[in-house]
Amino acid sequence: MASKVCRFDPEDKYNAFLSTIEKAPFESTGKLAGIPVAIKDNISTKGIMTTCGSKILEGYVPPFDAFVVELLKREGAAIVGKTNMDEFGMGTTTENSAFGPTLNPCDTGRVPGGSSGGSAAAVAGGMVPMALGTDTGGSIRCPSAFCGIVGLKPTYGRISRYGLIAYANSLEQIGPMARNVTDVSTLMEVLCACDPRDSTTYDRPFCHAPEVNIRGTRIGVPEEFFGKGVDPKVASVVWDGISLLERLGAEIVTCRMPSMSHALAAYYVTCTSEASSNLARFDGVRYGPTSDTKKQWHESFQEHRRDLFGKEVRRRIMLGTFALSSGYYGKYYAKAQAARQNVKADFARLFRDVDVLAGPTMPTVAFKLGEKSDPLSMYLSDILTVPANLAGVPAISVPCGKAEGMPVGLQIMGRHFEDEKVVDVAYAFEQGVSA
Amino acid sequence: MSALTRTPPASSDSTLATDPSNDEVIIGLEIHCQLDTGTKLFCGCSTDYRDDGPNTHVCPICLGLPGTLPKVNKKAVEYALKVAKALNCEILEESEFARKNYFYPDLNKGYQITQYDRPLAVRGYLDIEGEEGGKRVRITRVHMEEDPGRLVHKGGTDRPKYTLVDYNRAGIPLIEIVTEPDLRSPKEARRFLNKLRATLEYLGVYDSEKEGSLRVDANISIQPKGWFECEGKGKEDRGRAEIKNISSYKGVEKALTFEITRQKNAIRRGQKLECATRHFVETRGVTTASRSKEMEQEYRYFPEPDLRPLKVRSWADEIILPELPDARKVRFIKEYGFSPTHAATVTGDWRVAEFYDNLPKDLATVAATATWVADTLLGELNYRDMTISDVPQGHFIELVTLIRKDTITDKSGVEVLRSLLDQLKESGSCEKPSVCVKRLNLAKTGGEGLDGVISEVLAEQPQAVSDYASGKSEAFNFLIGQVMRKTRGRVDPGELNRVMRETLDSMRT
Repeated sequence: MASKVCRFDPEDKYNAFLSTIEKAPFESTGKLAGIPVAIKDNISTKGIMTTCGSKILEGYVPPFDAFVVELLKREGAAIVGKTNMDEFGMGTTTENSAFGPTLNPCDTGRVPGGSSGGSAAAVAGGMVPMALGTDTGGSIRCPSAFCGIVGLKPTYGRISRYGLIAYANSLEQIGPMARNVTDVSTLMEVLCACDPRDSTTYDRPFCHAPEVNIRGTRIGVPEEFFGKGVDPKVASVVWDGISLLERLGAEIVTCRMPSMSHALAAYYVTCTSEASSNLARFDGVRYGPTSDTKKQWHESFQEHRRDLFGKEVRRRIMLGTFALSSGYYGKYYAKAQAARQNVKADFARLFRDVDVLAGPTMPTVAFKLGEKSDPLSMYLSDILTVPANLAGVPAISVPCGKAEGMPVGLQIMGRHFEDEKVVDVAYAFEQGVSA
Repeated sequence: MSALTRTPPASSDSTLATDPSNDEVIIGLEIHCQLDTGTKLFCGCSTDYRDDGPNTHVCPICLGLPGTLPKVNKKAVEYALKVAKALNCEILEESEFARKNYFYPDLNKGYQITQYDRPLAVRGYLDIEGEEGGKRVRITRVHMEEDPGRLVHKGGTDRPKYTLVDYNRAGIPLIEIVTEPDLRSPKEARRFLNKLRATLEYLGVYDSEKEGSLRVDANISIQPKGWFECEGKGKEDRGRAEIKNISSYKGVEKALTFEITRQKNAIRRGQKLECATRHFVETRGVTTASRSKEMEQEYRYFPEPDLRPLKVRSWADEIILPELPDARKVRFIKEYGFSPTHAATVTGDWRVAEFYDNLPKDLATVAATATWVADTLLGELNYRDMTISDVPQGHFIELVTLIRKDTITDKSGVEVLRSLLDQLKESGSCEKPSVCVKRLNLAKTGGEGLDGVISEVLAEQPQAVSDYASGKSEAFNFLIGQVMRKTRGRVDPGELNRVMRETLDSMRT
C-alpha cells in the first residue's frame, strides 16, 4: 500500500510535469487519504491549467473537475500536478509535447513511451506513488511497459470520461498507473463509479481485492503477438513470464487472432477521424489563446490552428478529415468500422475458450530519444496495444523483466467488465516474480 | 440538410419547353422548430433565454468546453417522437446521433450534433386542404438536432464593425421535418405549415409565438406538368432554388411567390436556372443569390461516439397522443353543431380551439358563439395583428352572455368587441364589457323606450306613414331605417319590425 502521508518531491528531473501544486490540499480520511496523485494533463482540473501538452490550450484553466478528479478528491487524494504527454495524446513517446519531451527514469537517454509518459515517469521516478493516464491505443500500457510500472486500461465504459479532453472518444479510457498491482486495484475501486454525465458508462463498481491464486485460469497466447516486428529479446522475456504463469497453475493455450492484420489500420482511421472532429472546437473564440479577431473569421481561425497545433496533431487532423470526406467515407471510415467488428468478433471467439489473453505490451523496449522520427514506424509500435481499444476490453501491463537493461511489459487482456480477472492474473504474476 | 435531398437528374442542353400554361410548381420544405422543453437538448440549461442578456443561459456543456459530454434530454426525445407519431411516420427501431462538422463561430464544438442516416422516423404524411380538395403531403424524415448559437453583428449586417457571439441559443432542441416535393403552390405550402403548426401545438411540444422558434428552407422549381411523376432518367431539369432560413409563416408564402415570378421570367427568357441557394430578405420580400456555395459543403457526418443509439420504436409505442386537429374538428361539429367551415377555422389554430373548448358549455353549444369566434373575433384580431392569446376569456364570456341575454344586439356586440380590442392593443388591458356597454350607451332599446322612438319617428315622417297606409311597402323599410339611425342599432331588428307593424296597423284602424 502506498504511503498515507502526502510527500511529493516537486524536483522534476525528467520533465514529467507540466504544472505542480506544492501544497496541494488533501483529506485525512478516505481510501487515498493524503496520497499524492499525478494527473495526465488532458484530464480537466478545476483551477489548474490543463493543456493536453498543446500550445492551443496554453493558459486554459477549466472551471470544473473531471469526474475522476472529483472521485480522487472525495477519497482524500492530493492532486499534486499535471503530467506531460504527447500533444492531445497523439504519440507513443511523449516527444510530441509542445513543452518538451519527458525522459525515461530508467535511462534518461530514452523516451518514457507515450502518450501518458509524464505520468509513467512521475511514478517510475518516485515522485508520486500513483497517477492517472489515459489510453486510446496503448497510451497507459506503453509507458508503463517502457518505465517498468503497472498500468491498466479498463473496460470501455467502466470509468467516466467526463472531463477528459477527447482525442478519440470511442477508444479511450482513463486508467490507473502505479508501482504495483495493489495500488492499481485501489485506484480502480475509487475510479469505477456511476456517472450520469457520461452516456457511454455502465454502472459497474470495482469492489475487489487482488487474488493471488490463478490455478486453472486459461490463458490464451495469440501467435500474432509474437509476429514480425516483435524484438526477439522482448519476445523471449515475455515467454519466460508466460511460463511463470503456467508454473503458478494457469493453463497456457496458443491461439490465433487473424483480425490483427487490419487492427492498426482500423485504429488509425478511427482515431484520426474522431480527432479531426474533436479538435475542431479549438478555434480561439471561447478559451485558450485568443485568435486574431481583427481578421476575417476564416483567416483568423485557420491561422490560429496552423500556428498552435503541433505537426503530428495537424497530420492526424488532416488524415481524419480525409477519411470522413464524402467519396472516401466508405473506403476508409466505414471499412475501419468493419475491421473493428472483426477484432471484436475475434476477442469474443477467443474468450469463449480462454479467460484472458497474454503477450508483450510493446514490440520493443523504450526507444532512444529522437529515434522514431518517421511517423509510420512510430504508428507500427502500437500494433499490440490497439486491439484492446478497438474491442473495448480491459488490458494491463505489468513489469516482467528486462531486455538490454530496459523494462519489458507483459500485457494481459480480459473479457468485457472482467477488469478484476486481469488484475488478479497481473497480481499473481507480480507476486510470483518477487517470490 | 442539403446532403440528403435528392439530386436532380442530369439535364441535356436541348431547348426547354416554354409553354407556361403547361408548367407546374414543385415545392418541398425543410422545417426546423424549437421543441418547447424546459431545458436544452444536451445539458440542464434553461431554454427560456429570450428576455435575458447574452451568454447567461450557458454552462460548460453548451459552451462546448473541452472534456464535456452531451447527455440526451429525454423529454426532447419524447416530444420529437410525439411529432413523428402525429405525422404518421415509421419509427426506426434504433436511432442514432451524428456529427455534422463545419467551422463557424456560433458553433460551440466545431460540429453540430444532429442525425444523419439513422433519424428518429421516416416515411410519414400529413393531410391538408390542398388547392384541389384534400391532399396528402408525404414526410421524408423527422430528426432531432441542437440549435447553434447566434451571431450579433454590430454596425449593420452588410458591413458590420464587429461581431459578437451569444450561446444562449446553443443546444436548444430542434426538430427537423423534411417533406417530399409534394406541394404545388405557395398557398399549399402555407396551408401545410399552418396544419403542421397546429399539430405541433396540439401536441404541446412547440410554441409558435416564441420569436425565432421556426426556420424553414424551401426547395422550389417550375417544371412541365407531369415532370415530377415521370420516371425517365433523361428528363430535363430546369434547375431549382433552395431558399434558406425563412423565419415566419407569412415569409414562406411570400418568398415562394417571389421565387415563382423570378423563375418564370427566367424560363420565358430561355435562361437555364442553376441549382442555387438563395436567401429571403423579409423586409424587402425578395430572394437574393447567396454568396456562399452551401450546397457544395462537405459535412463529414459520422456517428456521435459520445452517445449511445436510442431504442426509439419501443419508446414511441408507449407514447399516447392527445386529440389532434382533425379529430377535434369532427368533435366540434358533433358536439357543438359547428359548420364544417367554422370547425376548420376554429380547430386550425390550437389556441383558438382551446379558447373555444374552454368556454362554459352552455355558451359553447350556441351555434352563434361559433360564428362569433370563427368569423367576428378572428377577423377583428387579424385586422389588429393580435392573437387569441390577447383576449381575456372572462371578458369574452361576459360579452357573449350580454348578447345572449338580449341586453345588447349582435351589432352592438361587435362595437363593444372593437372598443375592447382597441383598448387591449393600446394598453394591454380593457374595461369590462358591461362597463363598455354603459359608456357607449349601447344597451338595447326595447319596450317603452322603443315605443317612444317609434312614435317620435312616425310624428316626424307623416308622408311615409300615409305612403305605408296606401300600400307602399318601401315606406315601411324607410321608417325602420329611421328608428335604427336614432337608436344607433341598439334595437333588436325582429322586435322593431313587430312593434312597428303593430303600431302602423293600429293607426290604420
